[in-house]
Amino acid sequence: MSTDAMPRLALAAVLLGALAFALVPLILPTYQVSILTEVLIYAVLAMSVDVLAGYTGRTPLCLGAVFGVSTYVTVYYSSTFGGSPYVGMALGVLAATVIAALFALLAIRTSGVYFLLLTLALGMIVWGICLRWTSITGGENGIRGNVRPAELAAHLPFYYVVFVAVAVVTFVMWRFVHSPFGLTLRGIRDSESRMRALGYNVSLHMFIAFTVAGLFSGIAGALYAMFNDFVSPSTVALTQSVEGLLMAITGGIGTLFGSFIGALAIIGLENAVSLYTERWQTVLGVAFIVIMIFAPEGILGGIKTLLARKRG
Amino acid sequence: MDLSVTDFLALDAVTVQFGALRAVDEVSLRVRKGERRAIIGPNGAGKTTLFNAITGVVRATTGKVLFEGADVTRTAIHERARRGMSRTFQITNLFPNLTVAENMRLALRGLSPRKFSLLGSPALNSEEAGRADRALEVSRLGARRDSRVKEMSYGEQRQLEMAMALAAQPRLLLLDEPAAGLSPSERVIVSDIIRALPRDLTLVLIEHDMDLVLSLVDYVTVLNNGKLLVEAPPAEIRLNKDVQDVYLGKARHHA
Ligand SMILES: Nc1ncnc2c1ncn2[C@@H]1O[C@H](COP(=O)(O)OP(=O)(O)O)[C@@H](O)[C@H]1O
Ligand SMILES: [Mg+2]
Repeated sequence: MSTDAMPRLALAAVLLGALAFALVPLILPTYQVSILTEVLIYAVLAMSVDVLAGYTGRTPLCLGAVFGVSTYVTVYYSSTFGGSPYVGMALGVLAATVIAALFALLAIRTSGVYFLLLTLALGMIVWGICLRWTSITGGENGIRGNVRPAELAAHLPFYYVVFVAVAVVTFVMWRFVHSPFGLTLRGIRDSESRMRALGYNVSLHMFIAFTVAGLFSGIAGALYAMFNDFVSPSTVALTQSVEGLLMAITGGIGTLFGSFIGALAIIGLENAVSLYTERWQTVLGVAFIVIMIFAPEGILGGIKTLLARKRG
Repeated sequence: MDLSVTDFLALDAVTVQFGALRAVDEVSLRVRKGERRAIIGPNGAGKTTLFNAITGVVRATTGKVLFEGADVTRTAIHERARRGMSRTFQITNLFPNLTVAENMRLALRGLSPRKFSLLGSPALNSEEAGRADRALEVSRLGARRDSRVKEMSYGEQRQLEMAMALAAQPRLLLLDEPAAGLSPSERVIVSDIIRALPRDLTLVLIEHDMDLVLSLVDYVTVLNNGKLLVEAPPAEIRLNKDVQDVYLGKARHHA
């Protein structure tokens, strides 16, 4: 089966999922609407992780930091600087893209565990700067924002704004991974040496992929600025990157849409578990191990394999 | 040595050194445009390393590689591909998680600006589709377009290796043991593919099957221990005493 045309079943599943995300908030209590808003935003982060981890074969541990840079810039511009939140969001996305491009220059020549560690280190640098540069970032206290306009203060209207934004971003990302360029990324994932022999400048393609992933993380970060209206070093911390990766893996690496399932599962679990215990991180770790053992392809990946086996 | 620009491919005292090992040892070689050349020699003779030095996978430690008169010794792999070099790999090197059609698409677009289309449609345009179809027909893979590579037989994967190298419409084609490990009937397919290549395409072929080699090429270069041993037309190669000693003799011992 060719992987570019979306089969009818997959299309139906995507539309059904979108419909569920559109209608379910109408019957949820407001607190849970806000959780669902967070799910949509983090799904975008997870999809950008998937662009690198699933489609390009490079697992990044810095996109959470790139996401957070966008949040910082958006919040800073709108509150400390007193500018328009929309300009702030645009600047946030721009900053995230520039940071990602800089990181890309350093990281694209590495692969495997070296890529993982290098991107981890780059993310830690961002976190360190946000923590220490107190005159700008407010250090551990963070910055309270002025991003969310009054007409979007209520949970439900804000949810639908995010829903529309995420729908558009998801469509663009889907086009991206299925474009001629997206195919080159899957080629790099499978065989860099063959790609070079065919005339591809692998480093250049990696650079573009990394920068584009940063741009999408930045969009998620800017939406998060509007969602949270507050930013502190925990937004650029390693756990952000790890959670984004975990969501992508839980949903199914290399499936793009799996990120929504992964974000729902991880954030849902986080909220359910934190009612009973403070040890959320431990539960997350255990959940991750269980997934890796029983469903290494992730939820959507597992479903796809099952369906393929039934048909074949 | 003085290298004339009329040589299509010229190697000037190329040495490739891995630590203490000279995998390729001062090899000089000229291939004319449209020539079909075989490189033979026992395992470990340095044939694949020579291909790697020509295509840029490894850099010559000393010596020069000239392609169409230009010094490409330090040129990046993808740049050499853009100049018209195309190769297959001795160890099958495909995109296993992609379909045959997708493998071909990557092969076709390597030299096209469309590879940078970030949001465009993945479909091939009619010119590209025509080229993909022709390469797949020649390689007898026309019916396998939608198969995932990792689910295909070894023989089919070898055919796809050739189809991909051909899809780029190269001017210099380097085939590294295209028939190794294949059944007799699959070998026939490979030699048919080679025979059907356009006559102006310059071919360098590494192959152990002497009958296949000697029926396909104009000229044979024999390597042994990284050194160039003999260069001669196929008819003379069989009779050459040195070649029999290092290569044919050895092959006979193996059989
Ligand atoms: N990348 C490499 N690093 C170290 N040694 C190598 C490398 N590639 C090839 N060699 C060595 O170079 C010699 C020639 O290898 P190769 O060119 O593959 O021979 P052939 O293709 O004629 O069988 C062998 O001894 C091989 O082990
Ligand atoms: Mg070899």
